[in-house]
Amino acid sequence: MSGKVAISLAVNGETIEALVAPRTTLADFLRQDIQLTGTHTGCEMGVCGACLVLLDDRPVHACLMFAVQADGCAVETVEGLTLRRAIDDLQKVFHERNALQCGFCTPGMLVSAYGILASGDEPDRDGIRDALSGNYCRCTGYESIVDAIETTARQRRQHRAEEKA
Amino acid sequence: MKARAFDYMRPKCVQEALEAFVGADGDASYIAGGQSLVPAIALRLQAPGLLIDIARLDELRGLSIAGGHLRIGATTRHCEILGSDLVREHAPLLAKAAPFVAHPAIRNKGTFGGSLALADPASEFPAMALALDAIIEIASVEGSRRVGAGDFFIDLYETALRPGELITAVYVPLATAKTRTAFDELARRRGDYAIVGAGIDAQMQGGFVERIRIAFLSVGSTPVRARAVEATLTGRQLTPEAIRQAQDVLGTELDPAGDEHTPSEMRRHLARVLLGRLLGRLEANV
Repeated sequence: MSGKVAISLAVNGETIEALVAPRTTLADFLRQDIQLTGTHTGCEMGVCGACLVLLDDRPVHACLMFAVQADGCAVETVEGLTLRRAIDDLQKVFHERNALQCGFCTPGMLVSAYGILASGDEPDRDGIRDALSGNYCRCTGYESIVDAIETTARQRRQHRAEEKA
Repeated sequence: MKARAFDYMRPKCVQEALEAFVGADGDASYIAGGQSLVPAIALRLQAPGLLIDIARLDELRGLSIAGGHLRIGATTRHCEILGSDLVREHAPLLAKAAPFVAHPAIRNKGTFGGSLALADPASEFPAMALALDAIIEIASVEGSRRVGAGDFFIDLYETALRPGELITAVYVPLATAKTRTAFDELARRRGDYAIVGAGIDAQMQGGFVERIRIAFLSVGSTPVRARAVEATLTGRQLTPEAIRQAQDVLGTELDPAGDEHTPSEMRRHLARVLLGRLLGRLEANV
């Protein structure tokens, strides 16, 4: 029983071939097998949101799936989003607005925020809070995080309007 | 905690999945979205020797209209229900309940069939299956059978599913011009499990209730139909007087369990408040 399984998946655009034990979660695979430690493991039961990654461009909990289930899929972590400069503006505003203190929750917050803003909609504060309901932050009280996402949404809208003009 | 070691397979069709379960002598679990199963395995509440991954089986996917019903393939994800025009048009109650299901990231993986198979009494979709009188299609190596939602939920996390059986699809009767629906729940914080929630699917004509089904979540060991309330309202107009009477009947019909945060009486009170709001919306058709 429980021999390793060959998987092939794209992580941050790079094809990774690996042998994994079926019981290895995607979060542990990312952190321990390929040293992408930006994805944090907090509760490891789908409550805290620190382990969010993009699976085929949608935020999911890396602790709530086994790496074998991601075979053939495209995974993007906070490192990938950073490298392709998809969240430069978010990171800058998180900094400016003090939307992090200890920073443990921040990768999950950024992945959630990426998901919220990906549609191009400009959500109101209630909508942002709703979308962040699965992300725990024990430092900030959330207001500054909501501020940062709201500000980024506004900046992106202005940016799009300027590009059109 | 980490999961116990197990084997993993990805069958090519439903039949192969069913046979794999039998081949494992029952020491197996089907996995689709895994949003409840993976933490259960990680916490070692469950420790199947074999995981049978059914998430990619085309037979189990998709939303379509089939013979007067909306067919929801078992592995249709919550986010697909939430974003579907078919659901909005033909099963508006599901569209209203979907935003309340868990958090966005969970909705991106969790499946409709999985939610019903788990039968968490605090979950939205099992209760809505009851309110919609949905039909649940179940496969096993012996063949296929269909069970009405009213006979499906038996006790806490216990359903009509027998070992090795698999939900393949759920059939929801199509809404008509007379259909009115309402859903809401009360929770302490956004996205938390509801203290109490309810959905209503009714047929109304000229202001009169022709037929009404009301299902509550988080008030018992299974989702619960408020049948005495339904009987009180059938054939009547939703006047303030009728709504008050319905709330009184609900107070005697429901017997929710209490816990350290929510005494039974508080939950019953909140259920009455919620019922009043929902019937008000049904009357106003909003």
